[in-house]
Amino acid sequence: MAEKKSVLLKIKRQPNPNVRPYWEEFELPWHPGMNVISSLMEIAANPVTREGKTTTPITYDSNCLEEVCGSCAMLINGRARMACSALVDKLEQPIRLEPFSKFPVVRDLAVDRSVLFENLKAVKAWVPIDGSYDLGSGPRMTMEEQEAAYPLSRCISCCCCMEACPQFNEDTGFVGAATISQVRLFNTHPTGAALKRERLAALMGDGGIQECGYAQNCVEVCPKDIPLTRSIAEVGGDVMKQAIGDLFRK
Amino acid sequence: MASNPKIIVIGGGLAGLSAVIKIAEMGGHVDLFSIVPVKRSHSVCAQGGINAAKNLKGEGDSTWQHFDDTVYGGDFLANQPPVKAMCDAAPGIIDLLDRMGVPFNRTPEGLLDFRRFGGTLFNRTAFAGATTGQQLLYALDEQVRRYESEGKVRKFEHWEFLSAVLDSNRVCRGICAMDLRSMEVRTFPAEAIIIATGGNGAIFGRSTNSVVCTGSAQSALYQQGCYYANGEFIQVHPTCIPGEDKLRLMSESARGEGGRVWVPKIPGDKRDPLSIPPDERWYFLEEWYPKYGNLVPRDIATRAIHKVVYEHNLGIDGKPMVYLDLTHIDRKILDRKLEGILEIYEKFVGDDPRDTPMKIFPGMHYTMGGLWVDFTQATNVPGIYAAGECEYQYHGANRLGANSLVSCIYGGFVAGPTALNYACNLKAAPGNGYFDIERKRQEENNATLMKSDGTENPFKLWRELGDLMTKNCTVIRYNKNLQETDAELCKLLERFRHINLSDRTLWANTSVVFARQLYNMLQLGRVIAQGAAMRDESRGAHYKPDFPERDDKNWLKTTKATFAPDADEPKFEFEPVDVSLIPPRPRRYDAVK
Repeated sequence: MAEKKSVLLKIKRQPNPNVRPYWEEFELPWHPGMNVISSLMEIAANPVTREGKTTTPITYDSNCLEEVCGSCAMLINGRARMACSALVDKLEQPIRLEPFSKFPVVRDLAVDRSVLFENLKAVKAWVPIDGSYDLGSGPRMTMEEQEAAYPLSRCISCCCCMEACPQFNEDTGFVGAATISQVRLFNTHPTGAALKRERLAALMGDGGIQECGYAQNCVEVCPKDIPLTRSIAEVGGDVMKQAIGDLFRK
Repeated sequence: MASNPKIIVIGGGLAGLSAVIKIAEMGGHVDLFSIVPVKRSHSVCAQGGINAAKNLKGEGDSTWQHFDDTVYGGDFLANQPPVKAMCDAAPGIIDLLDRMGVPFNRTPEGLLDFRRFGGTLFNRTAFAGATTGQQLLYALDEQVRRYESEGKVRKFEHWEFLSAVLDSNRVCRGICAMDLRSMEVRTFPAEAIIIATGGNGAIFGRSTNSVVCTGSAQSALYQQGCYYANGEFIQVHPTCIPGEDKLRLMSESARGEGGRVWVPKIPGDKRDPLSIPPDERWYFLEEWYPKYGNLVPRDIATRAIHKVVYEHNLGIDGKPMVYLDLTHIDRKILDRKLEGILEIYEKFVGDDPRDTPMKIFPGMHYTMGGLWVDFTQATNVPGIYAAGECEYQYHGANRLGANSLVSCIYGGFVAGPTALNYACNLKAAPGNGYFDIERKRQEENNATLMKSDGTENPFKLWRELGDLMTKNCTVIRYNKNLQETDAELCKLLERFRHINLSDRTLWANTSVVFARQLYNMLQLGRVIAQGAAMRDESRGAHYKPDFPERDDKNWLKTTKATFAPDADEPKFEFEPVDVSLIPPRPRRYDAVK
């Protein structure tokens, strides 16, 4: 008879933003197919630490649990990734769970990532259509164009690329790879290109695209394999061209 | 009359965002409430595509064919005029999404590509890889962000709807909601509200739905006097990946692109599936339904899989699973058209479905029933509108694949303008004391939960609820089990009074939020179980072996549940179905309809 297997988790707790964080350990019975989310659900149903101390269920963000909503990003054994697709059997134990370090902690593993949505506003990440009434079909696109746009459009706004980026911090105010890649997506759309100048202008100056230090961590951690460094290179070139053009126009 | 009306939209999936766009475009102001940032709504999970009879494949498809397929697929339970209007609007909706920049797959000529889905013989489904819902939601999210930056929309993300605020004439004057971080309970006035809060998968424990799909908002409104219609109609999707935390959907598009469902003919066959020769495999859907094959509607496929597993005992390795096989299809085609879902299987199961057949089993997927609405998306309570999966209108007894996205967007496009029009003509409220009354009522609910020092853990109660509902209220239904289910639900409600929240803090407390949802799930569970017990027939997803035939004489009717507060239980009435456009006929998929 095999020994009863268990799963060891070490979770950083912080009841609210105004108190210091601390660690708690949990030991759960192993079963096949566990992931980090199912472990957190298990703890909610029986919130007792490894030492037998009663505690509170862990607060964390989650929704779709199939890595398409972007909610459950956290640091798992130090790496920025989605908790739903983090299979327990593939993780070294004890599994260390921490909130993202570069975003304000709300509670436990939940952080405030609204900065990304603000950035998307700043770069006008949308196609400026005339209205929602019936105006006929959209622009024709080749299969190649669709195949270039689709991967960029799969960004789930998880912010892993920002967490992993050494330049994304309070000193630089860097917008981060996700936003830059969205600029590329909308600038290459035939109608979206109408706002290209404004988008590129928004990426100039402090916190803009020139803050990128080419560490390439972003593309390394992106759960959707978005070609982020390629986006940065292309948009960077466009920003440069526009900046030089602006210089001559003055 | 309100000169500058405000509409509150609750829920930021496709239906909610569609309503927001129309209202903002018409000059109205919107407060948009959502539990999660709207870009993370459950619509992102829709995979395979969106139906519209664009007839770009020279097949002679038409919006009437789409309408007929939808009504027939729903086993004639849907009122027909709104379904027809939706199918007529669908091609224009696809054009709009195309203009918004949705990266739909293309043909070599650069036109939109279409694929086949269940319950039709036409290539009618436009798609963006296998993450169509995600792409559609993002397109609408981007347009709403544009309106937000213009000051026409205010978002309240990380807020949960608790209840409607009703005046002394039972007219809706706003909502009561809770900030999920500060736990503050607040009321918000509005001339009209639109509910777009999705399905209720969580009532069944594990489902393909997202965590927020609890049906809590619909249940709260039902308890406040809204009719809840056709609650007993729950779609169980034939092809899901069983999981610890949820059942992950394996899209119907896998079969639309040629995927085949089979089991080994020998019970308990331990061989590697690829080494089993073709004549030792049973392609039971193709054998039983030669015309539609693997693309029969979901209720049919689900029952067939159940039969093969439980009656023929042919589940893979003796377990409740069958193969969904894509290994005969060119890898390049799979990558171009299905990558998103293959990636899910790879990540969560660990096998590459390009190389080995997937193991799948049916799971709770879609809520056909929902808040009762009229053809303008208005509920029976003045000022409350509903759109999307949370209402009952478009899918009858069974939803066809790729019709959900179109019904969400169409429903939102109807609800937005009608709510705004209503708001513009609304007479002034009789006083405003009911705001304070409602807020206090909800604060007291929270306080009671916080104080309660029983022994019941809400997350454990929820597991029991899920197991109970999945066992008795999904694929196969018996009256005895349904009645027992209702009795069990009463016991769970009683145990709920002895709940113990292991968290009593007042900041981002997920336990109290979940406990509130659980209570609403239990109340709605009774509507589902009792509605199913009453309907003595089989129609679409509702199947009773003791009553195996559709009974139009007695049951061509919409079930309408109302909450009787004194008895603390549902009361039922029935309403005839509007079949003015297509006379009901027997629904058969073993032959051409």
